[in-house]
Amino acid sequence: MAETLLGAYKVRKEFPGVLANDDISISLRPGRILALLGENGAGKSTLVNILFGMYRPDDGHVIIKDEVVDLRGPDEAISRGIGMVHQHFQLVPPMRVVENIVLGAEPTRHGLVDLAEARRRVVELSERYGLEIDPDALVEDLPVGMQQRVEILKALYRDADVLILDEPTGVLTPQEADHLLGVLRELTETGLGIVFITHKLREVLAIADDIVVLRNGQVVGETRPSDTDESGLAEMMVGRNVMLQVEKSVSRPGEPVLEVEELEVKDDRGQIALDGLSFEVRAGEILGVAGVEGNGQRELVEAITGLRVPSVGVMKIEGEELTGESPRQITKKGVAHIPEDREKHGVVAIYSLAENTILNRYHRKPFSIRGILRRDVIRLHAQDVVDEFDVRTPSISVPASSLSGGNKQKLIVGREFSDDIKLLIAAQPTRGIDIGAIEFIHRRILEQRDKGAAVLLVSAELDEILGLSDRIAVLYDGKIMDVVDAQDANREKIGLLMAGITD
Amino acid sequence: MSRSVFRIVAIPFMAVVFGVLIGALLIVSQGGSPAEAYKALLVGGLGDSDAVLRTLQKATPLIFGGLAVAFAFKAGMFNIGGQGQLLVGAVFAAGVGFGIDGLPVLIHLPAALIVGAVAGALWGGIAGTLKATTGAHEVIVTIMLNFVAGNLTDWLAANPWKDNSGSNIVARTPLIENSATIPTFGAVPVGFLLAVSVSVACWLVLERTSYGFEVRSVGHNRHAAQYSGMKVGWIMSSTMAVSGMLAGLGGAVESLGVDGRFEAGVNVGLGFEGITIALLARANPLGVVPAALLVGLMEAGAARMQYKSDVAPELIDVIQALILFFVAAPIIIRWLLRMRHDNSEQVQLGAGWGKS
Repeated sequence: MAETLLGAYKVRKEFPGVLANDDISISLRPGRILALLGENGAGKSTLVNILFGMYRPDDGHVIIKDEVVDLRGPDEAISRGIGMVHQHFQLVPPMRVVENIVLGAEPTRHGLVDLAEARRRVVELSERYGLEIDPDALVEDLPVGMQQRVEILKALYRDADVLILDEPTGVLTPQEADHLLGVLRELTETGLGIVFITHKLREVLAIADDIVVLRNGQVVGETRPSDTDESGLAEMMVGRNVMLQVEKSVSRPGEPVLEVEELEVKDDRGQIALDGLSFEVRAGEILGVAGVEGNGQRELVEAITGLRVPSVGVMKIEGEELTGESPRQITKKGVAHIPEDREKHGVVAIYSLAENTILNRYHRKPFSIRGILRRDVIRLHAQDVVDEFDVRTPSISVPASSLSGGNKQKLIVGREFSDDIKLLIAAQPTRGIDIGAIEFIHRRILEQRDKGAAVLLVSAELDEILGLSDRIAVLYDGKIMDVVDAQDANREKIGLLMAGITD
Repeated sequence: MSRSVFRIVAIPFMAVVFGVLIGALLIVSQGGSPAEAYKALLVGGLGDSDAVLRTLQKATPLIFGGLAVAFAFKAGMFNIGGQGQLLVGAVFAAGVGFGIDGLPVLIHLPAALIVGAVAGALWGGIAGTLKATTGAHEVIVTIMLNFVAGNLTDWLAANPWKDNSGSNIVARTPLIENSATIPTFGAVPVGFLLAVSVSVACWLVLERTSYGFEVRSVGHNRHAAQYSGMKVGWIMSSTMAVSGMLAGLGGAVESLGVDGRFEAGVNVGLGFEGITIALLARANPLGVVPAALLVGLMEAGAARMQYKSDVAPELIDVIQALILFFVAAPIIIRWLLRMRHDNSEQVQLGAGWGKS
């Protein structure tokens, strides 16, 4: 049996201006799970893309089964037994499970696809690995966890001895995630090797045999779960001591600020995304909205901020009706919004930082007077935002596209927090940013709460919800399953609610 | 600052240099002398006050047309209807110019210009409004409106507004009144001065006003603009109206300052050259003026070049096309100049395509 199933030897990859991988060596042995840990931009994706044949290294080698290989593309990686499960599934939703699994490698008879044979092989495969699935179900009807199983079966069908999983638990409920970890452990018993990419420290400790930590394109640490803990891993990732849990005082909720009654909202396809939602957020408290993504969170945020018109229901801010108002009128009432999609809604990439800090206030005094922009005022304002929110940048004249994700997010937060806020809508406020920036933004959100703002925090990161919220509402299939006090909440309880299970 | 200005100017400048050099090779291949040909071109476009006047007159509608395309582009839209907007501007300005008499210059001339501008604005605004309300792509709508405008103005010039003096059989309006004629000071037509002022005004509006900020925001990231509370639909309609207004004004200046009337078929193609100019100017309103002057010079001097050196006047079109090719393909220039790739400066006029 091979010593190294899949490995990188002194791999180096440079993109214009960035050294994405610098002299990286890793080795995955049969039957083991190797966790690649690192912040966004640490070089994990680049490394994995090199291993899967998407990029060629500038220097160094890829090793498959103890053999130095020069991969010319993913096809070659697949034919050499490397399987990859992408973060965003590569499935054809209206097709059946069996069709999805064999797609591109169909068994044929007389030049025609032999579906009976395909089905037989898929059933056999799922029995062999204990991955139960209905081969005749349509992929679009399957829950996300099952779709992921289809992806794994797809790789196994192509005789993979190595599975690369890119952030596989991001879209799962905690229970589904635990289940997946169990499945992966079982798979390794057949000699399969697994590369597991994640930024969730808990999962790494739970499943990995070996841990490789990347930072700035370099391997900064190699360890094992028995030799470390969460804060040890975090320190390796960031390069300094970090507070994983923000300290927060007890909340003193005041009057209701946001009141939502019987809200019904349709999604882009006209399907009901929010089905009769009622809740309130009071001054000085953080209401966390937990839930697996795609259960109506986006529609909820868009409805409250005026980007989407609800079909039924009433929303009020301090008793004043909000329903049907334009985004600008809603902002005027003291609503700040950290958007879920930073690049799409948060910044104009080509604009300077200064221009980005006035996106929602360019039209009023003192930023413009009688329609003329006041450039000196704008620059002063931008400099204030950059200083106060610790945006790391050479100047306020550089385009926003030159900032890292965390700095962009701080810029957005700075812009949104420059006025007195009655209600803060924070949607995935720390998605894909570094731990340092996460810590900073969490503190600022708590500061707003303590100043008396009502905060609606929507996040797919359960740890974020549990760490910040005073009360937690769990959204499932467009309905609120339950609202629990943060003190009474734990992962298991919230996780069951996220899966739609009430006792 | 000076460095960034250099970088903005470098590509069009080098494009012109390469275009002229390749043009020289072509002249040699035809057995001509490039030095003689280019000298004749320059003399024909700049040699005396008549030549300068010709160049400025040629450049004027190009400035308006270029501004129209550049302005729409700032909001992320591709106005390919400059031709139609120019035609309606030209015919209605002429209508006011010949149809009313007895007004003082200070009222008659501005009135004719304004009517031309408004006609263009309405014509462009149709496309913008359809885009904002129904999602109809402005490229398709403006192209179709070009045909409508062409037929409408032909009909006006051939029927109700036809010049019936003497034995005229041409589809054209009567001559406009003196009180609606744009004057010329020496070699400088006032229409040209107007065009330059309008381009400065466009730049100021785009860069220094909150409306311009909205326009640019919609152009760069419509989603972020909407999220920030901007009325994206209104900005699209109004931007296309402004764009049409600029083209319409160009048409009005042609009728009132150069042709003295509207004549069917005379202004054909002028509106499309605006796309060339905007591309050469990289959609910067201030860049539109030198770009239009360059093209205006080449057009003004082409006849003399042919007469003096026997080079086919089509060569001018070839050189123009080469320059455009180099502007539109900045990668080639960057490669030739070994300039580093820089995303922040990329202006792609084609970005209006494919976005819905």
